[in-house]
Amino acid sequence: MEFDLIDEIIDGYKCDQSKLVQIFLDVQIKTRWLSPETLKHISDRLNLPLSQLYHVASFYKAFHLEPRGRNVLAVCVGTACHVRGAQRILDKASEIIGTPPDSTTADEKFSLDTVNCLGCCALGPVVVMNGETHGKVQVSQVEELLRNCK
Amino acid sequence: MLPVKSALELEQLRDSIIAGRDPAKPSIALCSGSGCHAYGSEKVAAAFEEEIQRRGLAGKVDFRRTGCHGLCEKGPVVIIYPNDICYVQVAVGDVPEILAETIENGRAVERLLYVDPVTQERIVSEKDIPFYKYQNRLIFGNNPKISPKHIEDYIALGGYSALSKVLTQMTPEQVLDEVDRANVRGRGGAGFPAGKKWRTCREAPGDIKYVAVNCDEGDPGAYMDRSLMEGNPHEILEGLIIGAYTIGAHEGFIYIRAEYPLAVDNLRVALRQAEEYGFLGEDILGSGFNFKVVVHRGAGAFVSGESSALMTSIEGKAGEPRPKYVRTSVVGIWDRPTCLNNVETWANIPVIINEGAEWYRSLGTKGSSGTKIFSLVGKVNNTGLVEVPMGMTLRDIVFKIGGGIPNGKKFKAVQTGGPSGGCIPEDQLDVPVDFDELTKLGSMMGSGGMIVMDEDTCMVDMARYFLEFLSDESCGKCIPCRVGIGVMLQILNNICEGKGKPGDIEILEDVAKVVKEGSLCALGTTAANPVLTTLRYFRSEYEEHINNQRCPAGVCKSLIRYHIKPEACRACLLCLENCSMMAISGWLRRVHIIDQEKCNKCGTCLEICPPLYNAVEKIWFKELPEPVAAGTKVPRLREGVR
Repeated sequence: MEFDLIDEIIDGYKCDQSKLVQIFLDVQIKTRWLSPETLKHISDRLNLPLSQLYHVASFYKAFHLEPRGRNVLAVCVGTACHVRGAQRILDKASEIIGTPPDSTTADEKFSLDTVNCLGCCALGPVVVMNGETHGKVQVSQVEELLRNCK
Repeated sequence: MLPVKSALELEQLRDSIIAGRDPAKPSIALCSGSGCHAYGSEKVAAAFEEEIQRRGLAGKVDFRRTGCHGLCEKGPVVIIYPNDICYVQVAVGDVPEILAETIENGRAVERLLYVDPVTQERIVSEKDIPFYKYQNRLIFGNNPKISPKHIEDYIALGGYSALSKVLTQMTPEQVLDEVDRANVRGRGGAGFPAGKKWRTCREAPGDIKYVAVNCDEGDPGAYMDRSLMEGNPHEILEGLIIGAYTIGAHEGFIYIRAEYPLAVDNLRVALRQAEEYGFLGEDILGSGFNFKVVVHRGAGAFVSGESSALMTSIEGKAGEPRPKYVRTSVVGIWDRPTCLNNVETWANIPVIINEGAEWYRSLGTKGSSGTKIFSLVGKVNNTGLVEVPMGMTLRDIVFKIGGGIPNGKKFKAVQTGGPSGGCIPEDQLDVPVDFDELTKLGSMMGSGGMIVMDEDTCMVDMARYFLEFLSDESCGKCIPCRVGIGVMLQILNNICEGKGKPGDIEILEDVAKVVKEGSLCALGTTAANPVLTTLRYFRSEYEEHINNQRCPAGVCKSLIRYHIKPEACRACLLCLENCSMMAISGWLRRVHIIDQEKCNKCGTCLEICPPLYNAVEKIWFKELPEPVAAGTKVPRLREGVR
């Protein structure tokens, strides 16, 4: 079932090897992460060595080689947010969630991401909780933000 | 009538678009740039659409979502034409009043106007707001007037006239001369003259050549390329097509960060419309020139913004840089000559063609002509995107346009050029901003990030922050960059933790030199800039950290303590209940005490302590006072304090 979706994407790019990054991006929108099986399948279809796929997938920050959490908290650590105290927000979130930045909890409940600039520096420090942007966040608000997640 | 087949047809099309529009008809432009979007502008947009229907105003008023207007601090921003009324911080609840008062009755809603912080006067028109008054928005100014999803808006403002002029009246050689004479320098960071690059590419051997747009804007704290791409994609596209014609390329690439989904969407719509109108594809405007564009989304790698790395990435590989003994304008994508320019550089081209090189050179300084868009962020009152002629002083940008530092704090430094740039102190603020002057200060123009820092910013921590970023983003291909940045970062981490040793500064300087000279690409050769400039201008802060284990700005966690002043504590339990480390002891009527062993210095207690009590303090400038005995009662309540 999952491979049908992937095949559709690969066919959309006419099996063009140079579109590997684009294929990964599109596949990941559907599957949320790039599993070993997915990589193997793409490798077969594009006739590219698995090692090269792994090289590309591990090089770019956007690709996830591990399952993602059901909830994603992204803390902006761009320079503007940094000077406004983003590190303290990140430390607090990491402590509450119980996982280091850029990782996912073992129960796959949370992924804690760091991002470099979301382009809304006026609102710094900024976090994005499950797609919703929260600006001018204070350390004391982080717990509240995470409370209602399943 | 479509596709447009000649210059004449384009002018007829333009006339018919303009004739179909009533200049007196009110139109509402709501900023939907990334900043305003985060403020919830989409909800405001929905409210406008609904309310326009409800009041039966459909057809009597135009409403459009536009790209960034610039003043992100006061978003969401709404401008109402033709009266040019600017409303700031518009909420959903304000929409009915705006429609009733301004659209139906032609009056301004006073309370939504911008208030001048100095004179307390309410300002009606956008152009009179101090933030905009000192700008010259040559490239960025059309954003509020254009819906990025409607090519007609761009055409109505004279769009694609430069392309038609180039294709029908100029030879590639003439265009090249014009761009050369305009002396437009690459806006992506290095400031390499675009004309020179174009010429190299044009003269390079090979039949197949490419042009490419660099929209892999990776500098944290910079978002002008994104805002341009989101707000006015046709301006960039027009520049790119002109470049392709000049160089002799028939295929172009636009490399754009996948983190910018709105920019990708708007660009794709723009490409489709440009094709439909005949500005892309076969036989453009009947000139016989063919050109097509491919969008390539990046996948999050700072180093891929470097020209050779970007090209490797377009080839579908890991975006690592390669040695550039031969320039990418000669050997680029698939080893073919490729002319890569930044978003803003391409967007400057139509202006140069329309207004002429002489006019363009009259803006800016001798060595750097034209304007530059900066993203003015950090500890500054008016956060936003500003476009000024080259040569304006940093002081004017930060204080006149940016409105100075919030909360009465003191200015400390401004960081330009992103992670590869440097920090510029107050005594250099009167330097005119252009490519050469900033380089002289040890910083650089970069893509235009400008991060303002106040007295509460630790410069050692800043250098550490940038090196952490760069060590994360270094691709690891060459040793000076991979190992050198790591060594510098380790030393800076030690210094910030109070473990710095005498001699550390000298080692930093030595390693910086090696990284600068030995690295393969610009990421490495500029990586030491944050360290070297902070050392040059703020050496005493380093020495304070190393010699006295003190962080003068009170930022470095290991060097600060939180303390509850026993005489001020009202024993309200607030900090105690909110401390996730359970480091605070005390009870009702008993002074709260922080256990320094357990405290992880998150600062929640300081934040949450009611301002009326102001009992929690951050200590970094003196010894921690002797703790009071557990169970000490709080002093008797003063009158009026509960």
